[in-house]
Amino acid sequence: MPYTAINARSEIQRPVSNTFILMSVLVALFMNGLPWEGVWLMLRPDFVAVVLLYWCMHKPWRLGIGLSWAVGIFADVADASLFGQHALAYSVLAFGGVVLNHRLQMFDLRQQTTHVFGIMVLAYSVYAMVHWLVNGYVVWLYFLGCLTSTLLWPPLCILFQAMRQKPVDRE
Amino acid sequence: MESTQSFRFFNRGPSPMVRLVFFAVLSLLLLFVDARYRYLESTRSALSILVSPIQTVAAWPGVLWQQLGDFYITQSRQHSLIAENDELHRQHQFDAAQLLQLQTLQAENQQLRNLVELPLRNEFSTQLVEVSYAERDVFNRRVLVNKGESANIRIGQVVMDDVGIVGQVTRVYPWLSEVTLITEKNHAVPIQILRNGLRAIVFGSGDTSQLSLRYMPVSADVQVDDILVTSGIDGTYPPGIPVAKVTKVERDPAYPFASVTCLPVAGADNHRHLLVLSDMPALPERPAQKSAQDNVDKRAKTKRKN
Repeated sequence: MPYTAINARSEIQRPVSNTFILMSVLVALFMNGLPWEGVWLMLRPDFVAVVLLYWCMHKPWRLGIGLSWAVGIFADVADASLFGQHALAYSVLAFGGVVLNHRLQMFDLRQQTTHVFGIMVLAYSVYAMVHWLVNGYVVWLYFLGCLTSTLLWPPLCILFQAMRQKPVDRE
Repeated sequence: MESTQSFRFFNRGPSPMVRLVFFAVLSLLLLFVDARYRYLESTRSALSILVSPIQTVAAWPGVLWQQLGDFYITQSRQHSLIAENDELHRQHQFDAAQLLQLQTLQAENQQLRNLVELPLRNEFSTQLVEVSYAERDVFNRRVLVNKGESANIRIGQVVMDDVGIVGQVTRVYPWLSEVTLITEKNHAVPIQILRNGLRAIVFGSGDTSQLSLRYMPVSADVQVDDILVTSGIDGTYPPGIPVAKVTKVERDPAYPFASVTCLPVAGADNHRHLLVLSDMPALPERPAQKSAQDNVDKRAKTKRKN
């Protein structure tokens, strides 16, 4: 039931401030930077990817492919991966989000999540493929991350909608 | 459909597809330049100044957690702290005795080396660094430590902890540097088996925290529990520092080489403090091998002609 409620409420949402978008991306970078180790590192959802996908789906004209690419460059610096590796994966991800933006109104959260899983797998494969081309091997457990990232989608969606909703409720 | 799509109230720039292609090509270009030529290191260190505040903040929970643990140890288990202190005292006395012996041995070694006119083994100095973050990426076995260019850290310096080799500095930022662990895939360390002096090269295996000795003949004298120490032949690693311990030796006559698995003795996962070695003695320059290589090439060419 909460799914339909979210869709119904989405029409009276107040405009998102740029600070909110920026803060969400910064917090996501922070979450990615927490000291994850061993198995937890493999299970770590890519917070930045999920947040970027959220904004690309909901506000594609505010945070689109170009900005996602720029965030990817920062992620590359933070993760010490090759320049452009995260950027390429996030551009593909953002493209998926922007395309999905047109159909967003038709789907409830559960259907969205299945789409998100597909986009996540695509972005993760792009990242892994670049690594494979450069270094010649792939760690398959890396793909566990797309499962956890997808699992993160519904709670994050509900959280963001609630945060964007709050000021309207007060009035 | 075409006409409705081309009709727009607001000009919103190029279509998503065009943008995707543009940024994908840009990323691929960057990837190519970075992977091939490494031109972008200065850009990377400039951008790292922007990113490092977030990273520093992200490291706090781990540090806090550790400090909390330390606090409870000091508060609740005072008796165990006293016991640990005693243990350390005992260890210190034992080590001091051995150190005295080492000093006499060093003097003796120096004398003997003087006698046979061998160059002296130089000392190196160390710098204490702290691990800021552990591995950030499933694919890479790397850690970032809290000193960089400003503390005179250079690319290629060796990093160790109190028991053995941990890795090598591979990238230097203004206030941070990146250490590639010896367990990184295809990372090679020239070693010697402590028991019999057999030389070999140990390689990291990437996805697990193991090392493997490659290209060891089936008949090679390697046993389980052998200690591998650095041979110092490459001039990068100082000689005689423990690297790994052999855990498994498989000799299958069907293969030309034995498969030897080792575990590193040092643990970057366990410690927060590492040592960076500096002022390593430079090896005499390697004689040019070009002529020999040319000869081989010529021979190969003539063979092909025949």
